[in-house]
Amino acid sequence: MNDFLTSTGLQALSLQGFGPLLLQGTWMTLQLAFLSLGLSLLLGLIGASAKLSSLRLLRIPATLYTTLIRSVPDLVLILLIFYTLQLWLNDLTELLGWDYVEINPFMAGVITLGFIYGAYFTENFRAAILSVPHGQLEAATAYGLSRVQRFQLVLFPQLMRFALPGLGNNWLVLLKSTALVSIIGLSDLVKAAQNAGKTTNEPLYFLLFAGLVYLLITTLSNRLFKVLERRYNTGIKGLAS
Amino acid sequence: MTLCAHPLPAHGQALYETPTAPRVSSAAIKLSVDALHKSYGDHQVLKGVSLQARKGDVISLIGASGSGKSTMLRCINFLEQPDSGVITLDEQSIEMHQGRAGTRAPNPAQLQNLRTRLAMVFQHFNLWSHMTVLENICLAPRRVLGVSPREAEARARAYLDKVGLPGRAADQYPAFLSGGQQQRVAIARALAMEPEIILFDEPTSALDPELVGEVLKVIQTLAEEGRTMLMVTHEMGFARQVSSQVLFLHQGRVEEQGGPQMLDQPQSERLQQFLSNRLK
Repeated sequence: MNDFLTSTGLQALSLQGFGPLLLQGTWMTLQLAFLSLGLSLLLGLIGASAKLSSLRLLRIPATLYTTLIRSVPDLVLILLIFYTLQLWLNDLTELLGWDYVEINPFMAGVITLGFIYGAYFTENFRAAILSVPHGQLEAATAYGLSRVQRFQLVLFPQLMRFALPGLGNNWLVLLKSTALVSIIGLSDLVKAAQNAGKTTNEPLYFLLFAGLVYLLITTLSNRLFKVLERRYNTGIKGLAS
Repeated sequence: MTLCAHPLPAHGQALYETPTAPRVSSAAIKLSVDALHKSYGDHQVLKGVSLQARKGDVISLIGASGSGKSTMLRCINFLEQPDSGVITLDEQSIEMHQGRAGTRAPNPAQLQNLRTRLAMVFQHFNLWSHMTVLENICLAPRRVLGVSPREAEARARAYLDKVGLPGRAADQYPAFLSGGQQQRVAIARALAMEPEIILFDEPTSALDPELVGEVLKVIQTLAEEGRTMLMVTHEMGFARQVSSQVLFLHQGRVEEQGGPQMLDQPQSERLQQFLSNRLK
């Protein structure tokens, strides 16, 4: 234990020469998290619209999507999607007569995480859309705003009020799930910490460091979400401060 | 005030189906609603209601709750899709075509045109809660009519003044205003579209009694300016005072129709009953 403490103190700054590796890992984690967030937000909005559509043709697949994804563990899905994605793509390109397209592990990671969290965001957005008072959209319709304008100018800014707390929560879970993709061979923060730990024989130290980095990112995210919540809540009596 | 020149039959589907009959100055008819039908499932809310508004008419729709008066108003700008019937604005009838799932849908271009020419004031104001008063009033003129930001703001401030709100109200959010102030903002929002007809859907029903007066006063001013308005209301005294025409709806039909004096000498038993129940 003494050994651990002294070595931690002395070598904290250089991270025993593994600083650049860990930094690269952190960068990989951030890239993965942000790109999957973008994809899952998009899928979430599409999924929520489909679920609330009057067309059964859209409602059924969307319901299937959210039900299936949310009831299977992330890890199982990651393995399933990662190993089948390439096979599906091969079938597809063959069918269309295109050249072979290879998905790199990074793309696969983004698509997998985006697809999984899209289901959670779908539920998130669906509940938020239902919380927006109907009269708000009715007024927009009566005044001649187009479908796109109604969404952009009225529905979206108002649904965000209801969606943000849940989005913040899901974002944290998504961020931490990026750690799972180290299994499929991506050198993210966890992978980098593991490698450094193995080489130096000090796994605890490097995992603690990785934990701190996650803590830092989540703390900053929470700050950002507070700012966003305050922004979208302007105009609400008793909430805006 | 001129009343409708044609004494309409009670279930009013006549005029347009008899092209041989001489039509007196039909050009003056601004808006015509013919034989609207609307059902929700098995429940028939409108069983063929019609009305005709000339420029400058103030038409009040009265009746018990569930009589279909709000639905009739909402069918005029297609917030509700009528099952059948024709809406005609300046002799241009809105064409209906088969929409998806067998429903009838109005021609999109005509619908858009109609909505820019009719403005609506809602029972619950429906001001956009994430926008300031000024943004609320400017939104549709800018985004729908394509008015310049400067012109839109000038309009907004002029109409805020007209409905009696101080200039500093412009930067407030609706939730921080009283109900009466919110409804007056909603009227300013309607006016900023410079509409040809304003539809009022029970504009004072959601207000505290002491706030009703300030809103009615604004509507009265608009009536005196000769604006064309259709109003669903429970304020009998007010309807008598400002209307050029009153329609009494009962169970989805126009039961009685006439000038405002009809409220003093109701002909039908139903209207007599309705008025005596209101103790006014």
